[in-house]
Amino acid sequence: MKTASKPNSSTYDAIVIGGGHNGLVCAAYLAKAGKKVLAVEKRPVLGGAAVSEETVPGFTFSTFSYVVSLFRPQIIRQLDLVKHGLQIIPMETTYNPIPGDAGLVRWADGGRTRNEIARFSKKDASLYSEFGLSMGRLSRFTKNVIDTPAPEPASLNPKELFKLLKMGKLFKDFDADMRYLNVKLMTMSAVDFLEEWFESEPLLPSMAGSGIIGTFLGIRSPGTAYVLLHHYMGEIDGAFRAWGFSKGGTGQISLACARAAVSFGAEIITDAAVERVKIRNGRAVGVVLENGGEINARTVISGLDPNRTFLKLVGEDELPASFVGQIKRYKNRGSSGKVNLALSRVPNFEDGRPGLQHLKGDITIAPSIDYVERAYDEAKYGEFSRRPFLNIVIPSLSDPSVAPPGKHVLSAFVQYAPYNIREGAGKWPEKREAFGDAVIDTIEEYAPDIRDCIIDKQVLSPWDIEKMTGLTEGNIFQGELSLEQLAFLRPVAEWSRYRSPINGLWMCASGTHPGGGVMGAPGELAAKTMLKEGGV
Amino acid sequence: MNWKDWAGYYAVASYDTNHDQEYFAYRHAAGLMDATPLFKYEVKGPDSLNLLSRIMAKDIGKLRLGRVTYCCWCDDDGKILDDGTVARLGMDHFRVTAAEPFLHWFLQNARTLNVTIEDITAKFGILALQGPLSREILVHAAGGEVATLRFFRLIETRIDGRNVTITRTGYTGDLGYEIWCGNSDAIAVYDALIESGKNYQIMPAGLAALDVARIEAGFIMNGVDYFSANHCLIDSQKSTPYELGLGWSVNLERDCFIGQKALQAEKETGSSWQFVGLEYDWEAFEEIFARFDLPPQTHSGAWRTAVPVYGRSGKQVGQATSGAWSPTLKKNLALASLRNDDYSKGDALFIEVTAEYERKRCPVRVSDPMFFNPERKRGK
Repeated sequence: MKTASKPNSSTYDAIVIGGGHNGLVCAAYLAKAGKKVLAVEKRPVLGGAAVSEETVPGFTFSTFSYVVSLFRPQIIRQLDLVKHGLQIIPMETTYNPIPGDAGLVRWADGGRTRNEIARFSKKDASLYSEFGLSMGRLSRFTKNVIDTPAPEPASLNPKELFKLLKMGKLFKDFDADMRYLNVKLMTMSAVDFLEEWFESEPLLPSMAGSGIIGTFLGIRSPGTAYVLLHHYMGEIDGAFRAWGFSKGGTGQISLACARAAVSFGAEIITDAAVERVKIRNGRAVGVVLENGGEINARTVISGLDPNRTFLKLVGEDELPASFVGQIKRYKNRGSSGKVNLALSRVPNFEDGRPGLQHLKGDITIAPSIDYVERAYDEAKYGEFSRRPFLNIVIPSLSDPSVAPPGKHVLSAFVQYAPYNIREGAGKWPEKREAFGDAVIDTIEEYAPDIRDCIIDKQVLSPWDIEKMTGLTEGNIFQGELSLEQLAFLRPVAEWSRYRSPINGLWMCASGTHPGGGVMGAPGELAAKTMLKEGGV
Repeated sequence: MNWKDWAGYYAVASYDTNHDQEYFAYRHAAGLMDATPLFKYEVKGPDSLNLLSRIMAKDIGKLRLGRVTYCCWCDDDGKILDDGTVARLGMDHFRVTAAEPFLHWFLQNARTLNVTIEDITAKFGILALQGPLSREILVHAAGGEVATLRFFRLIETRIDGRNVTITRTGYTGDLGYEIWCGNSDAIAVYDALIESGKNYQIMPAGLAALDVARIEAGFIMNGVDYFSANHCLIDSQKSTPYELGLGWSVNLERDCFIGQKALQAEKETGSSWQFVGLEYDWEAFEEIFARFDLPPQTHSGAWRTAVPVYGRSGKQVGQATSGAWSPTLKKNLALASLRNDDYSKGDALFIEVTAEYERKRCPVRVSDPMFFNPERKRGK
């Protein structure tokens, strides 16, 4: 997609800072409503952390975010994203390799999955679908939560009370068991929660693994059960627990949003970093670019994380001290890295399984609970995990367009890689190679020929993620998805409804309700809230 | 693997327990499907062109050498009998595909003509290679000239040393080809295609995935969206090409052909039915299920049990004959026949939906039945 680096006009109804998927969704909705909108991206490519780049000639890496689950189907319909190129290919398997064994594959087919789990525990096998049903029911409650702005419990406004009541009613409609389950989910660790059903490895760590993604917590840390649900409710086509790849890489989602925005009349510029938000008499009136250019707007919307938005682009002096304090305490704590590989062939997992079907979904390296907890131990003390939890995908097996014929792309999400390593975050460039080696060494224990397959690699520490995308501390969710930073507390109390203490300055990305993941919901809800409340 | 009957043959509905991956192969890589049970006729001799022009509603006289055309044929009353393709391999050499057996019909209409008609259904295999990467795979398997083969053209070439005819046609509404080969060569050609497709994530694909793709493409199916006039018990079960949205394939201004007069009259007075696409209002669909505290339930794959379509007044205005959730378009789609022919895109109607054993009405919008029509289908 071709974009200019200078705007056509000097004044807009709204400027969206950051061309990530949420910023673009927000821009598209506002443009669709007839507003004159400009989106401004600092990098030459659009997408923020939902970006694809041909980092190695012929190989398209989904540099950061690598799978789609929660992207809101109503956004696809309302913005006509399919017409603008969006295509999602579902992932149907989850594979847990074990050296010298066939490992565990969970398939789309329930019976087949049951047989696989039965190799490790017949009891777990018999409970698996029951668990899925319970999580499905909980997800439906949560889905309602993520598709509406968070209700404000401190408000006495009847509308707010009504929303709370509505949510309360949904909760009340659950039978007692489901209500207990919901409370457990909100308070327990992923492992404790899952151990209420299951007993066997590698099923437990494989499932619990999604509870730690993007958090600086271990699978035995309380609060991780919720993140589990956040991942469990992945939804494609209205079916829960379905994950997929965006054809052409995750960036294609952002590009489809960008094309939609442009089709509605929005303007997008790239290579244009915003230095600060222009504030006059306590009101946001535009932005100042790093290249000195100034653009005016009635409304400024930040798609950046709360820390960067308020502490870097606005500045403490413009904000109430209590708000600044809350933003400073907002936890970013980047905890993950990414290794992208260009491969000459599919590595051999030596599992005795025929074909490659079981490698088409995600491959989780989490052989035991202790393995994952040990990985966290190192991170607690400022080291990256020597044997990390990995979530690997080989998207080229489902979408050949991302690699030359016969060649492949492998993406490994790595946890833990703490932003604040013991030597200081600035020392990451010196540790990067060793970090990449630890990841490849880990993969080698499962797929011994991995090194022979590698044509080229890209290793990204949280420090690199911050440098490239601007995400504070490289946190992939623009702030942890922990209970005290969710719903009406996201990013901070009293400011969960996309507004900020600065008049005319709004927020629209993962740092707001309902949080991170390539779901577009914050962008959608922010735009709809603004339009409804006359914010633009 | 799921099997189903197709014209007396066991055909694969899906190779896996469900067809999803095969559907996505059709849309993102390439699916290879055995379409051999299609009825196939070879028409040869000096009067071949006359015969086919007389039978088909389309003017086959205009079909140039090396081209393929989609067409339908009717009875004397202009009621549709079947639809298929005609390929012109030589000046006096054609191949016809049909969903049902029509040898008798072709022979009956050829009585005074110098023409031979042979049922080659069991003599030839047809392999449908469909999907955005099908061209690369075929170039690998059959050589560079396939690369320039245009939409609805054919070439005769070789795969694995065996003679094949490749047509750029298909039933998925995507880039795709159909490969005709001698029956005894079919397995070798199949293997060669799979081998060539290895680096392009080719997948053997079945009819269940095809059914979803053809609904997205808005392609009608004999026996599902309409019934051959030969099989109808009552007149109202019969359809005409105009009523099925195939008016574009009827060439009236030419020498006489079967059904011409009736079709001419219909063209003048208007049709009784209109074939349309319907798109469900998804929010309303979700709401119907939410009333039962259920998530929306779509069919797994395409459905083909007709359901009533209602107008605003609540009166039934027609029926949806098949439909599917489109994983590509993220829309619930249906193909429908509506009484009268004055519906236009965007008109609001209602379709019957069953939720928790109760019949409900879900709002739908009339649309062009060609829901999915990527540039690559016709493009170079």
